[in-house]
Amino acid sequence: MTTATKDWSGAPSGRQRAVAERTVRSIRRRRIRSGIMVGLMYAAAALAILPLILIIIHLLRLGGSAVNWAFFTQMPRPPGEHGGGMANAIVGTLILLGISSAVGLPVGIGAGLYLAEKRVTPLATTVRFLADVLNGLPSIVMGIFAWELLVKPVNHFSALAGGAALGAMMIPMVTRTTEEMVRLVPISLREAALALGYSRWRTSLSIVLRTALGGIVTGALVAMARIAGETAPLLFTALGNSFWSTSLKAPIAALPLQIFTYAITPYDDWVAQAWAGALVLVAIVFVISLAARIVTRRRFSAGD
Amino acid sequence: MTEFAARDAARAGVAASAPTPARPSRSWTEIGSEIGDRVYSWSIVGFASLVPILLLTIFVAVGVAAWPALRTFGFSFVTSSDWDPVAQHFGAAPAIYGTLVSSILALIIATPLALGVAVFLSEFAPPWLRQPVAFTVDLLAAVPSVIYGVWGMYVLVPVLRTHVMPFLRDTLHLGVLPLFSGVAYGPSMFAAGLILAIMCLPYISAVTREVLAAVPRSQREAALALGATRWEVIRDAVIPYARSGIIGGIMLGLGRALGETMAVTMLIGNRHEIAASLFAPGYTMASLIANEFSEATGDLHLSALMAVGFVLLLVTFLVNAAARWLVWQTARER
Repeated sequence: MTTATKDWSGAPSGRQRAVAERTVRSIRRRRIRSGIMVGLMYAAAALAILPLILIIIHLLRLGGSAVNWAFFTQMPRPPGEHGGGMANAIVGTLILLGISSAVGLPVGIGAGLYLAEKRVTPLATTVRFLADVLNGLPSIVMGIFAWELLVKPVNHFSALAGGAALGAMMIPMVTRTTEEMVRLVPISLREAALALGYSRWRTSLSIVLRTALGGIVTGALVAMARIAGETAPLLFTALGNSFWSTSLKAPIAALPLQIFTYAITPYDDWVAQAWAGALVLVAIVFVISLAARIVTRRRFSAGD
Repeated sequence: MTEFAARDAARAGVAASAPTPARPSRSWTEIGSEIGDRVYSWSIVGFASLVPILLLTIFVAVGVAAWPALRTFGFSFVTSSDWDPVAQHFGAAPAIYGTLVSSILALIIATPLALGVAVFLSEFAPPWLRQPVAFTVDLLAAVPSVIYGVWGMYVLVPVLRTHVMPFLRDTLHLGVLPLFSGVAYGPSMFAAGLILAIMCLPYISAVTREVLAAVPRSQREAALALGATRWEVIRDAVIPYARSGIIGGIMLGLGRALGETMAVTMLIGNRHEIAASLFAPGYTMASLIANEFSEATGDLHLSALMAVGFVLLLVTFLVNAAARWLVWQTARER
């Protein structure tokens, strides 16, 4: 003890100084390395958001001028004629969204309720896993599926087949968001309702589901926004239509499909229309995402 | 989990014990609510079962559509690179090769960036920056595929052809490698890989953030207490803990990249050829289906396209299942 005190208080020996120096150097090196790596993380974040910013700038610059009242109200014009709009495609997309919601929402919400109520049954685990896997399957495969079942047997393309393909894509998304939202409802609420003599089904539907409804609606809107931009499954199902059609049994136009068809043509007028359509589509998707974000954050601000 | 099971059991008890022997005559409301309970629980079971049934139906439907081609060509369908609608001979090797190469290229570019973003957001970002950056990266996933295609065709490809490709090939002298040699076509494997990188980045980073959030705080604090720098905490304490989940996230990104259709169709050049150079046009499975479907000549051609779809379905199913399993291992249900 005394020797140690003497050693520490006295002048450091050469060996001690060397060790101290090496430690300082190593710490400095590690600090510099850490600084560089943290800097690289900042750079990665900046680089990752760069494409989105570029896309938005180009959409506004190239599509902004063609988005006007006529774009929403008029029919497409042949190449060479300036102007016109995509009214049929916008209506077509709305109809497709209606069909897909009619297919996807009830099934998705029902399955989500099941997952939230029966968390650990074998069926629940399987469904949860398969819903996630289904969510990752390529959208074009959904198109083939709907084509084989709804187009090939009747030998014509239809809005119905397109809606079914999109609806099938919606099911796993809605299932998982519904489950998450229902799980956020405090269990005490359910217990209180049961204690008051509510039957289980009424508790689930009019207490739990109703409490979670805001979140479920938000999730459904996000799913619809994602579905609205899908093109690949529509290639074999809804096909697209350059005329006005609202029939469920006939091919129908859709905004993303029209953007694709116009973008790959050599006509400047059509390419301009494609940019305008792209701007409108992105604006719709972004507004819904932003709104959903604000609503969920206000409601469940404890999260994240 | 057992806690939940117990709670479920308790709740089931509430319903089951409602008509107890103590009250032999049940009122109509009780009978009504019991019927309601039964209808309700059977219908949610029914809706839930629709998910596996849907997946099964997809496999069967695509399999049936693919069967004529698979029966005709057998295993040579995936090994032959002869795609000749006139001679009615179809081999999907170039498309399979193109799918793999473009996806791997995308992952090579996207993975470091996505991990960087995820670590930045979960560990380093100042609070005022966290939400906006996270939201912007999430929006990348919300942009429809066809928009990436339009942007890629009219903005990215011209820049690649006139600046990036010549720069890589001549200025950096990477042209000596076969990968970066040859004529700089605009629409190419390189362009497709780049756009795919942008598209799968948000998926990888979202899953990585999720698993990083599941790493216990004590893990970081222990490393800090031992004198680790900020980077060393990440490298030695956080990443190893989250490793399998991160790998799952990367595979999820791979699944996205493999099946991406519209943007790739518009950027890859659509040529049936296995070229050594990334600057040459190619094909992917998804873009092959999308591109040739409308002009398919004859039933066998159509079936061959569906068979390509079946291969794609099989591959993406396996990749996604493996990815989900890995992610679940790490970020287990709380």
